[in-house]
Amino acid sequence: MSKNKKRNNSLSEFTSLTGINRREFLKTAVATGIIIVSSGCASQYSQNLTEQKAAPAATSAEEFMFAYISDSHLLARGKEHRFAKSLIKAVEDVNAMDPQPDFVFYGGDLAQLGLREELSLGREILAELKPKVYMMVGEHDWYYDMGEVWMEFFGNPTYSFDYKGIHFIVLNSVIVEDYWTQSKMTPMERMLFMAQLDNPKGKPFTVGEEQRTWLSNDLSTLSKDTPIVVFSHSPLYKYYKPWNFWTDDADEVQKLLSPFNAVTVIHGHTHQVLTNKIGNIIFHGLLSTAWPWPYAPQGIPKYTIQMDRADPFNQFDGNGWGNIDTIRNGNINKTYMLWTRNPLLVSYEKVINTKEQVPGPSY
Amino acid sequence: MKIAYNVFPFLFVVLLFIMNSANAEHNAINDTDVVIQPPQEKTVQIVTACDGRKKVIVEGYYEGEVMPVEKSRQVAQLLMSLMEFCEEEITAKLPESERTIYVSVNGLPFESVRDIEELPLILAHGDKPHTERQQRIWKAEMDRIIGEGYRLFHDPSLGKNGISCDMCHPDASNTHPETYPKFQTQTGKVALLRDMINWCIQNPLEGNVLADDDQRMKALESYIISTRAGKILVPGKH
Repeated sequence: MSKNKKRNNSLSEFTSLTGINRREFLKTAVATGIIIVSSGCASQYSQNLTEQKAAPAATSAEEFMFAYISDSHLLARGKEHRFAKSLIKAVEDVNAMDPQPDFVFYGGDLAQLGLREELSLGREILAELKPKVYMMVGEHDWYYDMGEVWMEFFGNPTYSFDYKGIHFIVLNSVIVEDYWTQSKMTPMERMLFMAQLDNPKGKPFTVGEEQRTWLSNDLSTLSKDTPIVVFSHSPLYKYYKPWNFWTDDADEVQKLLSPFNAVTVIHGHTHQVLTNKIGNIIFHGLLSTAWPWPYAPQGIPKYTIQMDRADPFNQFDGNGWGNIDTIRNGNINKTYMLWTRNPLLVSYEKVINTKEQVPGPSY
Repeated sequence: MKIAYNVFPFLFVVLLFIMNSANAEHNAINDTDVVIQPPQEKTVQIVTACDGRKKVIVEGYYEGEVMPVEKSRQVAQLLMSLMEFCEEEITAKLPESERTIYVSVNGLPFESVRDIEELPLILAHGDKPHTERQQRIWKAEMDRIIGEGYRLFHDPSLGKNGISCDMCHPDASNTHPETYPKFQTQTGKVALLRDMINWCIQNPLEGNVLADDDQRMKALESYIISTRAGKILVPGKH
């Protein structure tokens, strides 16, 4: 029953959009300088069209914008290291935004090997950001000391907050079953084991029972109309297990989120343009500032506009940061700010209207 | 029935003719018996090695006859050479008056060799050239070099800034070794896979280039190529 209701809501919103005058769109687009991808243009991954999306019917959420930076993988080698330079570049870009975002969300993997020196360098660089910063933890931050320094610097990794009508939830989705105690790994051995993406002996990420219980309680007081944005480091679905583009208990977490009308999951870890939709939940990946990852050999969601392969001769290509515009129905439009390419907008409207696999590049 | 009786004398004549022809052929063979002796009727002595799989047929000596010392040495030397090919069943023929040796491997037709040193040439493409043992050794050697490549690929020690190959290329993805050589637009010349490996070592990893014959380069190439087994070679593809 509630599922049908949700579908109807989405559809009626879409129908209301189609009646809007094209000239109106363009006028607004020019005025605001927003560049988005047209929903009818599935293969335009390298092209952006100046077509403004209309505001859907009013709900409780306000329209506002926040920025994100993610996956910087800093090494304890000072601000001259290429990864530090990339994070500094992202911070400068966000600080140059006009108008400024309401806040900045950091998507995890600030450090490469979870060392105090790395996290400290990251904290120092992020401190330059003018807006408020919300932090999320990634496996590279966590597995040297099981999050000790990260928590000392940034607090609890699992929390929620309400902002302008949206309920934001931040999870630690990189919980892995203990395999290190029995094999007597040193902290650095454990960290290196975890840091290797293609480790055939790696264990899958989970949110875990404890956080699922917390999440269930956190959601219990909310009405089903409350828009929800969840941040997780790993994608809260199953994309490609060998690289841990995967959360093992994703189905159970999705089940907790599925009764809500507007749910968006924003995740790091995958270092690529990535979009998915499962039921009414829409998933968006974040770019890395450090390096892009190729798409996995299988499991790429059909909603994804695949980014062409990066130029290795340009350290900034395929990397960047981005911003997120919340729309009145509590869903979001997501923009990938790729440093050496045109900005790429994946609008809510485009996602819900994707019927077939979006063609990708040839590689 | 009438037709059958009329045909019978004719059939009888035909049968007689066939029988005469057969006799004539038989006589012809008997006439030339002295000139062309069938091989099995030659005077030969067969010397078998202790493994039972190597035999030397020595022509010109009958079974049990004592051979001259020189001939015995030749036979012994030949058998010893054949024994190097443990798994194979080999029969060699030593003709009485010529230096050529005829060798049959695993029941295949006899081939001539001028010298026993040529034996491996015949054996290389016999009907079962790769023994299980050989294949185990080869696989172990392959695994060793690929494993070394895997280790280097996942190790920041090739560079100087803590970065390793696998960070950008999990499972060596996006290395597409099957597309080399190709014109590398960024460098303006044709590159081999190893040129790109060195480029990555020098740039993202800020390390020192490896020489083409460096064992580490061979290992890296081995690992990267091994991940694309079965892919079609498309040199020059972009």
